[in-house]
Order: sequence, then structure tokens, then C-alpha cells
Amino acid sequence: MFLIEIRGAVKRFGSIIAVAGVDLDVGHGECFGLLGPNGAGKTSLVRMITGVSPIGEGSIRVDGKDVTEEPRQIKANLGVVPQEDNLDPDLNVLENLVTFARYFDIPRAEAKRRAMANLQLFELQDRQRAKIEELSGGMKRRLLIARALTNQPKLLILDEPTVGLDPQTKHLVWRKLRSLKTQGATLLLCTQNMDEASFLCDRLAVMNEGRIIALDSPQELIKKYGGSQIMEVRLRSDERRDLVLSKLSEQSLQWQEMEDTLYIFQGDGQVLDQDLLGELVIMNQHVPTLEDVFLKLTGRSLKEQ
Amino acid sequence: MNFSYRSLRVWQRNRDVFFKLWRSEVPGFFAEPILILLAMGFGLGTYVALDEGQRYIEFIAPGIIAAYAMFSASFECTYGSFIRMKYQKTYDSIIATPLSIDDVSAGEIFWGTTRSILTACVILVIIAAFGLVESPWALLVIPLAALAGLMFSSIALFFTSVVPAIYSFNYYYTLFITPMFFLGDVFFPVDTLPPVFQHIAGIAPLTPVANLMRSVVTGSPGEGAWWGLGVIVGYIAVFFPLSLLMMKRRLLR
Repeated sequence: MFLIEIRGAVKRFGSIIAVAGVDLDVGHGECFGLLGPNGAGKTSLVRMITGVSPIGEGSIRVDGKDVTEEPRQIKANLGVVPQEDNLDPDLNVLENLVTFARYFDIPRAEAKRRAMANLQLFELQDRQRAKIEELSGGMKRRLLIARALTNQPKLLILDEPTVGLDPQTKHLVWRKLRSLKTQGATLLLCTQNMDEASFLCDRLAVMNEGRIIALDSPQELIKKYGGSQIMEVRLRSDERRDLVLSKLSEQSLQWQEMEDTLYIFQGDGQVLDQDLLGELVIMNQHVPTLEDVFLKLTGRSLKEQ
Repeated sequence: MNFSYRSLRVWQRNRDVFFKLWRSEVPGFFAEPILILLAMGFGLGTYVALDEGQRYIEFIAPGIIAAYAMFSASFECTYGSFIRMKYQKTYDSIIATPLSIDDVSAGEIFWGTTRSILTACVILVIIAAFGLVESPWALLVIPLAALAGLMFSSIALFFTSVVPAIYSFNYYYTLFITPMFFLGDVFFPVDTLPPVFQHIAGIAPLTPVANLMRSVVTGSPGEGAWWGLGVIVGYIAVFFPLSLLMMKRRLLR
């Protein structure tokens, strides 16, 4: 049995379809990444999973329980790290964690013990009396993650956990998330950071316009969609554009065009012949990364207009 | 309505914050009611003659309890709740736990109610110190403040659930709360108003509260218009569920 089972999930906001029919299974102990541009439907999907947004159509089950029917039981075993800081500014660091534990009916002594342990885990123990407004952005994010561990959740859901963090904090967060995973927690991660996705995730789903358009391990996604090399080129002459493109097609090369730049995806053993190379100015060649796959799948133009 | 004992968790959170910041809250508790008692009771009161030789300060003291019970609940569940909901995102963090939106709304209302009770107790002590409490019946101020708090918190949270911006609360205070403060049986009997206003004042939420507070503080509960309890309970019966419903509509997207 899977920890998260999503069947035909749809979410509409008026005439806008945020999630357009998603089927997805996330296994126990997995770190699963949701990748997608802004407005792809990641947050809407996650909000439905966490029971704070009604499901338009379809069904979502977490740990065998229906999200619509048993939201309290599901939320009791869930840790949520929001993208936006919603720490309680009226309380200090330690009080934030102890008060949060009370929402889960955790007795005070145990709440304090867990709070101290989680502060230690995220290297915040020296800040337990600090006001929230005195914390840096990185400390706030660490505290948000520490807070989400209060109820020792089976499933930890993180929405862009390292956005805006310095590299040191980012790597600290990644290490901690990895060790949580080795301890058996299941992680669902929304991210736009490709390094994060490849570093942490066992499997990734790429979302675009409310749908999952690709789903596999990071390595497989790169192999499947990135080929073996990516060539970033410009045309020597715009007049021969059609000719170049038809030649590319002839040689069954895949490409993507963005303004005056062509991105050519070379598969295993595919080489461009001299005629073709003569027409091109090579700007850059590199081994494909997850970012290339992402841009190939979701397009290079701006998604939000 | 889907609220449970868990709404107590929200109440506890607000209580902790209140007692943490009590130094900034307490002066308001004491200063304003004392100021009004002095200015209106002793100052203006010198020129006011009432029936049966009642002093003016005796007339307004129970009304002040009612009015400040109203203010406490109203401020808590308008500005206080709105800031927690919209700016601090406190509700967002709480509904990610086993608490429901109804738990949050009910907890806010119960805390607003508690603020009314606290305020009423403090003012009761103050007016007792002025020698204005005449019988143990005055202890009924506490349950009356609880009912008034529940009513005003429910109405206030309903308003909070529908306002677009924090500035909209100006309307709530200038068109609803302040008129009741001045015309709702606090400073003079409602029956001195022109007939049309008497009818309006008669069903305004503050009027029965002030009237009943006066009857118990002056030690003559028999003179109170106790049917007014029906008005108070009626407002609670409408606005408590309505505020929960509208809050859910606002937050559940």
C-alpha cells in the first residue's frame, strides 16, 4: 500500500483549472519531488493532500485514510513546511514549538523535550529565547522545519524549503532532510531547485498546467529527455533558418527554439554533420542536467502572464 | 459546526500571548473606565438630577462595565483576529495541525469572551473601590459579561470574516459600536430617546447588557428587563454559527 494515493484529482478556482486530473502514488519512505513552474498546480495539489483545500474531483488517500473524511487523523501524522513564514510572532522560538505541540495534544513536558531536541537538530538551541523578528531568514526556515517535526510525522511535506537560503543553510537543510528519510520518514517536496531535486528525490514528477507530464527518477528523466549532450547554438544566417530546421528533422534531432537561440538535444551516438555545423555558431555544449529536462518539458517561455 | 475541545488550544495560545504582553494591555484596562467615571460621573454628574435621588455616577458605572465588555470582545475579534488571520498567518499554521477552521474560529470567540469577563471583573473592582457596588447581586456581572462577550465576539468575528481589509473596521466602530456606546443605555435611559430611536436602541445588542448590568450592580435585579436575555441569546444563536460558516468560506479555498 502506498502512503499517498491520488486518483483523478481536480481543483478549480472559478474558470481556472489549477489541477487538471492527477493520478499519483507515493510510497512509504520515499522522497518524492514535485517539480514545475509557478502556476503548474503543485501548491494546489499539496493543499488538497494536507486537507486544507477541498478536493474538486477525484480522491486522495493518505495512509489509507480519505482526506475529505478524516482530515484530523491525517493532519495528526503530517508535518507541513510552508513556503511562507507563518511562525507565531507573538511567541518566542521555544514557545512557538511548545505551543505548536499543544495543537497535537502533546503533554507539556514531552513537548519541551521534543522542542529542545528539534532546536538542537537545526542548530537553534542558542536562540530558544529569541523573538521571531530577531531571526534571519535562514533561521526562520530552519525553525519552520523543526516545528514541522513536532508530531514526529510519517509524512513531511515541504514547499520550496530552501528558497532564499545561503548555501551553508541550504546544505544543512538538505543533510537533515536526508537523515530524516533514512530514519523512515516519507518526504514530499515541491521545488524549483533542480540541484535539490536531484540531491534529495528518489522520484520526480514534472507538473505543467495542472498535469503530471513526466515521472521517473532524476537519472532516468535526464536519460529519457536530455539525451547525452545539449548544444546551444545560433544561426549564422536567419535566411537559412528553415533549411537548418529541416536538416535537424532529417537527422531526427530534437530541438527547442527560444528567441535567437536553438537548443539541440543530441542522443547517444548522434552527431551533427559538417554541413549543419557550418550553419551554426556554437555558444555552449554541455551534459544535460535536470534543468534542461525541466525546460524541455515545460517550455522555455515565461509561464505566468 | 465542526468545533471540538481542540478550540481550547487556540484559547490557550491567545491566553499565553495576553499574559505575556499584559503590561501593554493593563493601562487600557484601568485608565479609560476610571477617566470616564471621573469625567462623566463626578464632573458632568454634578449637573444631572435623577429620579429617586440616584447619583449619576451610580447610573453610569454598570453601563461602563457593559460598554467595556463590548469593547474588549470587539477589539479582540476584529483587529486581533484579523491580524492573526491575515498578517501573521497564525490560522494557516494552526489548521495544518489536527485543528479545524471551526476550532480556530470558536477558540477566537471563546477568547474574546474571556477578555470581556476579565474587563468586567477589573471594572467591577474599580467601581467597588469607588463605593458604587451595593449588593452581592453584583457578582452576576460575571455571567452577564460572559454572555455579552460571547455575543460581541461572535458578531465581531462575523464582520472579520467578510471584510476585505483592516481599514474596513472603521465602519464597524463608527456605525455600530460607537453609536451603541453613546445611545445604548450607558449614559442615559433609552426611554429619553425619540420613539424611533427607542425601538432601534431596544434591540441593539448593548442595551439589554447595560440594562441588566445596572439592575444587578444597584442590587435590584427585579427591576431589570430580563427578557433582554432572549435578545442576547438570539444574537449568539445567529452570529456564532454564522461567523464559523463565513470564516470557513473565507479560509477554505
